[in-house]
Amino acid sequence: MHALEKILARAAGVKEVRAGEIVNAKVDLAEVNDLYLQVIKSFYEMGGKKVWDPNKVAFVLDHYAPAPTIKSAANQKVMREFVWEQGIPHLFDINAGVCHQVMPEAGLVWPGMVLVATDSHTTTHGAFGAFGTGVGATDLATILISGELWFRVPEVIKVELEGKMQPGTMAKDVVMHLLAHIGTDGAVYKAIEYTGPVVEAMSVAERMVICNMAVEMGAKTTYIHPDDTTLAYIRKYCDRDFDILETDPDYQYSAVYTFDISQLEPQVALPHSVDRVVPISEAPEVEVDQVFIGTCTGGRVEDIAAAAKILAGKKVHPKTRLIVIPASQEVLLESMKLGYIQALIEAGATLSTPGCGPCLGAHEGVLAPGEVCVTASNRNFPGRMGSTEASIYLASPATAAATALTGKLTDPRTVWEEGGEV
Amino acid sequence: MEGVIRGKAHVFGPNIDTDQIYPGRYLELTEPEDIAAHVMEGADPDFVKNMAPGDIVVASRNFGCGSSREHAAITLKYARVGAVVAESFARIFFRNAINLGVPLMVCPGIANRVSTGDELEVDLARGEVRNLTKGEVYQGEGLADHILEILQQGGIKPVFRRRLGIE
Repeated sequence: MHALEKILARAAGVKEVRAGEIVNAKVDLAEVNDLYLQVIKSFYEMGGKKVWDPNKVAFVLDHYAPAPTIKSAANQKVMREFVWEQGIPHLFDINAGVCHQVMPEAGLVWPGMVLVATDSHTTTHGAFGAFGTGVGATDLATILISGELWFRVPEVIKVELEGKMQPGTMAKDVVMHLLAHIGTDGAVYKAIEYTGPVVEAMSVAERMVICNMAVEMGAKTTYIHPDDTTLAYIRKYCDRDFDILETDPDYQYSAVYTFDISQLEPQVALPHSVDRVVPISEAPEVEVDQVFIGTCTGGRVEDIAAAAKILAGKKVHPKTRLIVIPASQEVLLESMKLGYIQALIEAGATLSTPGCGPCLGAHEGVLAPGEVCVTASNRNFPGRMGSTEASIYLASPATAAATALTGKLTDPRTVWEEGGEV
Repeated sequence: MEGVIRGKAHVFGPNIDTDQIYPGRYLELTEPEDIAAHVMEGADPDFVKNMAPGDIVVASRNFGCGSSREHAAITLKYARVGAVVAESFARIFFRNAINLGVPLMVCPGIANRVSTGDELEVDLARGEVRNLTKGEVYQGEGLADHILEILQQGGIKPVFRRRLGIE
């Protein structure tokens, strides 16, 4: 069995599971964000009274943080009241940040757990060796009632990343390169395991990026086998016991893809699909109205550091807006301590407090018809960040920062300070 | 759930993501009727005017990719779309639609064979789509038993209500 199958088998209370089989697995953490008042509605519609285990439930108010409209404020109010009434200890309010950054920092994520959240980017938690997957509101409500959920045991695709990342490229470039080859539906209903020297050399933050965007290939979940890097991160936040399950040597992957990253240059996904990916040298010259650095894909300390190093002591192009939103309160505090926030604001950036921001077109920098945005976030679907007549280019935080500097889509390697490293 | 659904086809391309099915700017809405007013707006702003209850959404591959928002399934259900037939579905949308009792069928190659306006019959039990306008029959894929069972009970909510003994 694969380690992911062993996780599901353990959670389902059976000795063995096979790909394609349906199992009912116990959930270790069910997380709800503030787009999903429907969770509470469905919970009561199905006859729910008390959640099965308040300690295994988290609510994160991140998509509308802080509430931009009366309606979203009213939804958040109902959610807070539900949390307090049910005695749920894990409420992360509008000051906390994006759920996928907040949960690991709160010590709620560990290797071998089953984590289900009302967010497609729950694949992120494969970076910790957890089985993380996204569901809709009513599925989540069934967990709140029963503590378990049905899963189809996924086939696993192995993605081996060989070679070494070059200066100027980031984890975002790597995963966009994979998207170009695997496509938007190449992993539907399957899991992706990442291995190889590039993954081993990656920080936890970088691993979170490649796991995060696996859902853009359709993946149900991801897996990176926990190593010393993982454990050092987990132990900083989480004091519970866990064991690390090993994939059997005879396990048969449904596919194995090998990519050599050594020659990879910065990548760009052109409007309006996440897999329209080209190397930046082949991207069209385009003037950019707005640059966004933030979210569960591109809003960690490393991302803000890359932007600060490019923009420190310089100015954002006069015809371009730069919006920076750290992924969590901890990221914001750390970035302040390191001087990155100061440098970015002095360069002309607009700073918003932790949350999802304009990534989903809700608030804090939505796009007008005809505008062009380069973003470190994860989706460039039509209308994703506002007008359906806006154009969204996905890029790494370094490419985004270089673009903010010049006002047009720019290879970060061309604006590098001598000796600088991203 | 009806075994055979009859309605006019509305054909869409590949990768119709959840922002096209239900734009993010309406995510704060929570009443089904309000959500239904924006069905497919990101892909075709006139869809809501041009569709009639029971009409069938036909799409190429990877329908419903992107966000986990249940609004995408709610909007189709309460706009009274009869069924969605696509070459493939993204996973979370698929689960959401089944949970709400929105009939789905996977039917390889269908997007190139059906035109908008064709009169279709979707036969869930036989796993086929009949094109009454063109006189053609397309073989779809049957749903797995446990999924068909959820659909036949009207979605996951009735299943749970029965389990909790309130129905």
